[in-house]
Amino acid sequence: MNEIHLKKVAERHEPKRHKLRNALLAFVFGGLLAVIGQFAANFLVEQFQMKADESVTVVVLAVILITALCTGLGIYDNLAQWVGAGLFIPISGFANSLASEALESKSEGLIMGIGSNMFKLAGSVLTYGIVAAIVFSAIRYGVSLL
Amino acid sequence: MTTLQFKNVYVQSSGCAVGPLEKAGPLGEYFTNAFSDNYCEESTFEKAERRLIKEAVSDTLKKGKLTTHDIALAYGGDLINQCASSNYFAKDLKVPFVSLYGACSTSALAMGHAAIAVEHLQMKHVLAFTSSHTATAERQFRYPNEYGTQKKETTTSTVTGAGAVVLGSKPAAIAVTAFTIGQVIDWNFSDANDMGRAMVPAAYDTLMTHFKDMNRTFDDYDLVVTGDLSKLGYAMLSDLCLKQRFQLDNKLNDCGLMIYDVNNQPIFCGGSGCACSMVVTVSKLFELLQSKRMKRILLIATGALLTPVILAQKEAIPCVAHAICFERKDA
Repeated sequence: MNEIHLKKVAERHEPKRHKLRNALLAFVFGGLLAVIGQFAANFLVEQFQMKADESVTVVVLAVILITALCTGLGIYDNLAQWVGAGLFIPISGFANSLASEALESKSEGLIMGIGSNMFKLAGSVLTYGIVAAIVFSAIRYGVSLL
Repeated sequence: MTTLQFKNVYVQSSGCAVGPLEKAGPLGEYFTNAFSDNYCEESTFEKAERRLIKEAVSDTLKKGKLTTHDIALAYGGDLINQCASSNYFAKDLKVPFVSLYGACSTSALAMGHAAIAVEHLQMKHVLAFTSSHTATAERQFRYPNEYGTQKKETTTSTVTGAGAVVLGSKPAAIAVTAFTIGQVIDWNFSDANDMGRAMVPAAYDTLMTHFKDMNRTFDDYDLVVTGDLSKLGYAMLSDLCLKQRFQLDNKLNDCGLMIYDVNNQPIFCGGSGCACSMVVTVSKLFELLQSKRMKRILLIATGALLTPVILAQKEAIPCVAHAICFERKDA
């Protein structure tokens, strides 16, 4: 069988990819999440006389808590299938990767299971987050010397 | 010649056990052993998979009025590393056991080897079983079950279930008449989210080899069923066959499309896994033969032999397909 011929036949059976729909849903839902977060932060500032940066921290923590709960209840993955990057890009995606991996490795114990597997998916975010922070702060320092 | 033919191999008994999604599917009425959740009354998914094998095997033995002492040899396989589910189950079985790995093609591979043992090693009863579980397979090959990633349109869902067959030389309603061992085919296709289309060339190659060796075409079969090609792979295989001027006459189908309602169940493109072809074979296909609605059925179980590590090293997915032919024998 000819590989090129097979690839041509396979191409004819390429399914419809819903890229535009996925992008729109992600944009709307991700935006909605941010708006709700902002309202919550404003509410904390007004009602509890919090400082603006403190209120943001509290909102972020709340998103992490809600995500972890939804992951445990089995709601998150269904929702994420629908809105995709709308949930994946905000801090909820990071929280879900930790919570889901922890749930999955629970049966292997606290140390070799949860402890060593929890950052399996989130690890690259941390690694490259730190690398990017070093690179950009070095550039910033270099620019400030000029 | 890669097709082996058998004269005295019969299906003595068969059985299966499935999870909730399979029970809710179009073949639900055939599944008498079904669990209402994926844990199958156990504490981990790995144990749940073994429980499914246990139910399927004990159902099979009970239907055939057999005990484990009657089984001369057993073949089994699953999708987990080191064939863990089968091997761990076999420690309780206490019969000589061979574990096989052919990814989702393990069903035909195990039944074919059992047939060889009956025909050529003169064994009276040989057991073949396979299993798969959606949660253990996701963990093995993809992401954690609760990880919120958007799955692609081309994805298939692993069937949660197990099936078992006892083959023997005592004449019965269904005979195993031929077994074609397939070649491993790599056509540089590396999309692990589209295993359906990845396996098509392997299925096609095995089908053509079988037809050539046996000097047959689709006309000689009432049904040709592939293992788990998904609706995309099914369309692609039909396309390849039509190009060779074969008349399909609605004789081609796919186990993954039979076990689930592709339009209304949340399973993306179809079912997959070792249990997919096995469970459909022992329920629907055997029933079609037994009820005399069909005379000869060819099962082509397809397997994508990928491993996540080598895939990450940017190599393609080799695939394999094995075909096994079942015929009704009228007394």
